[in-house]
Amino acid sequence: MLSFVLSRILQSFIVMIGVSLVAFSLFTYVGDPISNLVGIQTSDEKREQLRESLGLNEPAPVQFVNFLGRVSQFDFGISYQQKRKVSSIIAERLPATLELSFVSALLALLIGVPAGIYTALNRDSWVSHLMLSASLIGVSLPTFLIGIMLIFVFAVQIQILPSFGRGEVVQLGFWSTGFLTASGLKALIMPSITLALFQMTLIMRLVRSEMLEVLRADYIKFARARGLSDRMVHFGYALMNTLVPVITITGLQLGSIIAFAIITETVFQWPGLGLMFIQAINEVDIPVMSTYLLLIACFFVIINLVVDLLYYFVDPRLRIKQGQ
Amino acid sequence: MTEMPREHEADNVANLMQRIWRSDIAYSFRSSKVTVVAGLITAIFMLSALFAPWVAPHDPYNMANVSVLDAFLPPSWMEGGDPRYLLGTDNIGRDVFSTIIHGSRISLGVGFASVFFAATLGVTLGLISGYVGGRTDAFIMRIAEIQLSFPDILIALLIDGTIRSILGPGAHGNIAFVVVISAISLAYWVQFARTVRSTTMVEKSKEYIQAARVTGKSPLYIMFRHLLPNVMGPVLVIATIMLALAIVTEATLSFLGVGVPPTQPSLGTLIRVGNDFLFSGEWWITIFPGAALAIMGLSVNLLGDWLRDALNPKLR
Repeated sequence: MLSFVLSRILQSFIVMIGVSLVAFSLFTYVGDPISNLVGIQTSDEKREQLRESLGLNEPAPVQFVNFLGRVSQFDFGISYQQKRKVSSIIAERLPATLELSFVSALLALLIGVPAGIYTALNRDSWVSHLMLSASLIGVSLPTFLIGIMLIFVFAVQIQILPSFGRGEVVQLGFWSTGFLTASGLKALIMPSITLALFQMTLIMRLVRSEMLEVLRADYIKFARARGLSDRMVHFGYALMNTLVPVITITGLQLGSIIAFAIITETVFQWPGLGLMFIQAINEVDIPVMSTYLLLIACFFVIINLVVDLLYYFVDPRLRIKQGQ
Repeated sequence: MTEMPREHEADNVANLMQRIWRSDIAYSFRSSKVTVVAGLITAIFMLSALFAPWVAPHDPYNMANVSVLDAFLPPSWMEGGDPRYLLGTDNIGRDVFSTIIHGSRISLGVGFASVFFAATLGVTLGLISGYVGGRTDAFIMRIAEIQLSFPDILIALLIDGTIRSILGPGAHGNIAFVVVISAISLAYWVQFARTVRSTTMVEKSKEYIQAARVTGKSPLYIMFRHLLPNVMGPVLVIATIMLALAIVTEATLSFLGVGVPPTQPSLGTLIRVGNDFLFSGEWWITIFPGAALAIMGLSVNLLGDWLRDALNPKLR
């Protein structure tokens, strides 16, 4: 038990060290950090002084440890392009991405689960067939194409929804929210649908196949034999047993939503972390890039760790396997 | 023996065609209308991509033939359209239909190259992992596991971004192709490796491998001579499914501006460029390449799904 938890934590730790190493090497060896900080007129002596004071003349392992120390205090350096602290850029952009991802995840669940139940219970209805074919198209279409089509229809042709940005935002302390204004909510509609679509189809197919599996189980037959109503059998017994894997997968998909947000944010010029990353790549803004790398890796590692550990507590079979 | 009479050869070919036509796989192909349509569309895309310079009515890369006066012409059936340009022209007067054909050539080319390298890497590592076992296996599979916990498009994007920033802003032209192809193949090797590994572990204990080992063949020889042919079936299925994924990934990277260079646009690049004109009413510059990408991705995907089901004996 303890050994499993420890080995999982160790693995997460190794991954983070690996990613930090990549981020560190990018930071230190790609381009010259000094020439990105000072003007052309700065003398060589000044440069050398700066180099010394930033610790860039230390041996690489020492620099790496210093780097880890700074990162653990949320000091990610200064953006080459914006000449501002990366940490403040991130803090500014984070709410936009989190709000978009939250709404998308909610949308995916609220539509995906009922659609999955419906297609499982009414296997032969034409609505189910339609939904399944539509979901296949949803899976094979690239996200950005769906976004462009939505923009074309709702922003260019009908002109009822804005095609870019977050609309008006309200500042609540450090958090800027789009939930409180009409234009903010309107701006959220298309990006969140675009982002939710893939997860939605995934959840729908998952719920459907799990439900079909469960409906074949003996305890369902037994419940029917006891004369319970269809409603009770479907929602009281089948659905409850379907939801455990669905919740796990949804948890794992949270990471994917953040990742796919890169694409959605670019299509809709949504001022979040993903757009920041793409801009950083194009502008070769290394500090911003490597910070995003660290952040997203950290996020994924935590999600996976939590899901794995939860699984371990929920599913007794895993524990038995470990004991043998 | 090698000097076979001509008629014989023709006979053999006819015979072979007949055998293919009567085989189980061909039957399952014919009996699914969706698959036949998907196969036809895929074939059309591949042929037109292969012979793009001859199929395309204009040469969009030859600037001598492109006139800015022809820019922003709508599709030929619309008002103001020019019959010379079936699907209209883009912002610098290139024929959209021709750029789509050349673009899908690049999309498919990058897709095939990425899948090829991903398969080579994945199959090699899978064979080693499954055959050698022990610590090597644990190491390779641990990396694969870690990579699987990230979405592949994110992996491709991160690798692509990292290589780009290492190379600096000079990463244009042909280097960009190398970057994109390596990013996509590094993102997709895992699926190949895992499948090959599990098949290898089953095959390894069979008698023909034991016999080969007893005769003193080297592990490398056994892996590539005896094991490889027996794991190729599933590899082919994965490769087809991966082709659709690779095409979509390449298009996404190019759309984000970190893919193939705009001088040799793929479908994704065309959509990116056309996207700027969506609002000024020139929708055809982006919608037609988008539709082409959607149809191509869907067809290859359907074909992959069918192949997976057809080769899976459990589903028969």
